[in-house]
Amino acid sequence: MRHVFSVAIGPVGFRVGSDWRGPVAALERLYASYPKPQDGIADFTVRLFADRPWRRFFRPKVMIGGDFVLPEAAPLSLEHGLLAAEMAMNLQMALGQRRYLLLHASAVERDGKALVMTGLSGAGKSTLAALLMTRGWRLMGDEFALLDPETGLIHAFPRLISLKNEAIAVMEAAATGGTFGPLLAETPKGAIRHLVPDTRSVAAMFEPARPALILFPTFGHEAATREVAPSEVFVRLTQASTNYVALAERGFTALTRLVAGTPARAIDYPDTESAIAQVEALWASL
Amino acid sequence: MGVALDGHLLARALADPASVATLDSAGWQALLTMARAELLSATLAHRLDGIAKPVAAQRFLDDAKASCAQGRLVALWEVEMARRALGDLGVPVVLLKGSAFIAAGLAAGQGRFVGDLDILVPRAELDRVEAALLGAGWEWVKPDPYDDAYYRRWMHELPPLIHRERDRMIDVHHTILPLTARPTPDADALIADSIALPNGLHMLNSDDMICHAAAHLFADGDLSGGMRNLWDIHCLVDDFGIAGLAERARRHGLASAVRRALRLSHALYDTQLPDGWARSGSDDDLYLRRLTARDGWGRQTRPITRLAFYVRSHWLRMPPLMLARHLWTKWRKQAG
Amino acid sequence: MATLYRAASPDSLIVAPVDLLTAIYHRASGQTHLMASPAPEILDALAEAPLDAAALLAKLRADYDLVDADPAVLAARLDELVETGLVERR
Repeated sequence: MRHVFSVAIGPVGFRVGSDWRGPVAALERLYASYPKPQDGIADFTVRLFADRPWRRFFRPKVMIGGDFVLPEAAPLSLEHGLLAAEMAMNLQMALGQRRYLLLHASAVERDGKALVMTGLSGAGKSTLAALLMTRGWRLMGDEFALLDPETGLIHAFPRLISLKNEAIAVMEAAATGGTFGPLLAETPKGAIRHLVPDTRSVAAMFEPARPALILFPTFGHEAATREVAPSEVFVRLTQASTNYVALAERGFTALTRLVAGTPARAIDYPDTESAIAQVEALWASL
Repeated sequence: MGVALDGHLLARALADPASVATLDSAGWQALLTMARAELLSATLAHRLDGIAKPVAAQRFLDDAKASCAQGRLVALWEVEMARRALGDLGVPVVLLKGSAFIAAGLAAGQGRFVGDLDILVPRAELDRVEAALLGAGWEWVKPDPYDDAYYRRWMHELPPLIHRERDRMIDVHHTILPLTARPTPDADALIADSIALPNGLHMLNSDDMICHAAAHLFADGDLSGGMRNLWDIHCLVDDFGIAGLAERARRHGLASAVRRALRLSHALYDTQLPDGWARSGSDDDLYLRRLTARDGWGRQTRPITRLAFYVRSHWLRMPPLMLARHLWTKWRKQAG
Repeated sequence: MATLYRAASPDSLIVAPVDLLTAIYHRASGQTHLMASPAPEILDALAEAPLDAAALLAKLRADYDLVDADPAVLAARLDELVETGLVERR
């Protein structure tokens, strides 16, 4: 492939081959402070390609390929090439990750302990994680938290933080001095802008943390907190994990131990300041 | 660079594990990506057990083994559930392909990714088998009357069934090639001479397994996944030898397919052949070209060669007039 | 002779209570089941040897003091367990 990019993000190495320079240039700029894959060998391969030769130049459409693919995935326009690369890397993890149990959750760390936030898209877990990062927490990841079945620890997977729609303005204001990607307008999910995790989060990417609190945030309601019963946590986490079944017995023991050993709360929040206050209060009480 | 950057890189590593010592990191990356694309990553992992390699390569291969192990478990469970549904019918149920290899613990099953469950039953018992499966939670995948009628009349299997809870497919064959294809294997002999497994189900005897693999490779497909199918054949020959194979292949009308399969297996994987078996033949180079059409990024290459084999495979499955009518009917349905 | 019900052997199961429910991982199938009483108790009662429905009902009444000791209800639970593969009819 004409243009190649590679990067290590926590315990996972990727290589991205592209028919166009643009996406690779964007990746190089945003992941500049990240290490390269161990031994020069990537765990997953992603390809951004034109399905017909003329599609490299004329109304270019970026098809997503790689080790693991979804058969009927729609191509993206070239100006959204960075998004295509990020989606493709997510797909490799979702379909191919076998070492760690994937939780569809954001995670931040303080004092060696991890706060894991999970919920439906739009619940605000990426934005909350990004905001907590600006308030002194170490960002471990905004899309996947990696649970090690052998140790029960959460491993960091700090990809570019994906901010959508209203969250973009919120973080542009909050993360002064942060490095942002281009504003990608009118993607299938609305407006998207990526934020690079801060220096401290990148530097600490190989440090795992013990999970101390599982949070189910829901945006758009009056502030409230409730306990979540282990059975509900178990069901919601298996539904939120793309590789639970693939991990077989290790997945079961990892998840049952997590659920048995980690307190879980659901919070409703009307705005992000309220959410942060609730988080800090919960954290202090544990 | 002296090393081929097509499927020969993978074939060499499988046939001669020690040869990976000369690979640099780019070579390893290409080898691993290619193996994954050819569904041979776990096979490669087992072949390279104990061979010195970079840490990242070992990690990749360990993950492939873990993936394969879970798939194996799920495939064996499908076998067990089929046994529970069909065990009391008094019908011989013969496991085919990957499911048979893993159920019997064969070398061909080590590192094998197994897809759907394929079984072979006597044609006369199809209705009872179908009823038992429907009663145990399987249902039709495509309730389309044209496809259904075509299937039942001409194909070598029932229309596909999928289990409503487990979401896994079962293919029920009554012979191993479509009735429209030219070689007509002796389905009765396949079943009569099958071998009983401890769980009461059956598998083909070793000569028939090789014949089936060769038939599947050449007479029923366009060679995609061919490197893996040939590795199956290589393992079966290695395990069981080929005394009696020539005569068995002739009985099934598959002599030419089996001879070619063994030649190609020898060319790619150094399969040991006794005297009297040819090691090269006409068009083998073209077949090898098609089989090894994979690059270090995992892409399929050689589009023209691939297209030629694709067209040929359809032509083999159906006589030209039938193919034309089949395609016309399908076109009419899509257009109208 | 009455139908016997045979459960998956205890070594093929990993059982983890999760508050009021029981999570069960079935090694042979790779499936996870989240079950409420009396399903875990039925599996337990069948652990030593296969039983027919009447014997099973008697054992459940004796060992677990079950309120739901109604043969029709038991039959429905057994059907569900057979579908999951955790119990086999012999």
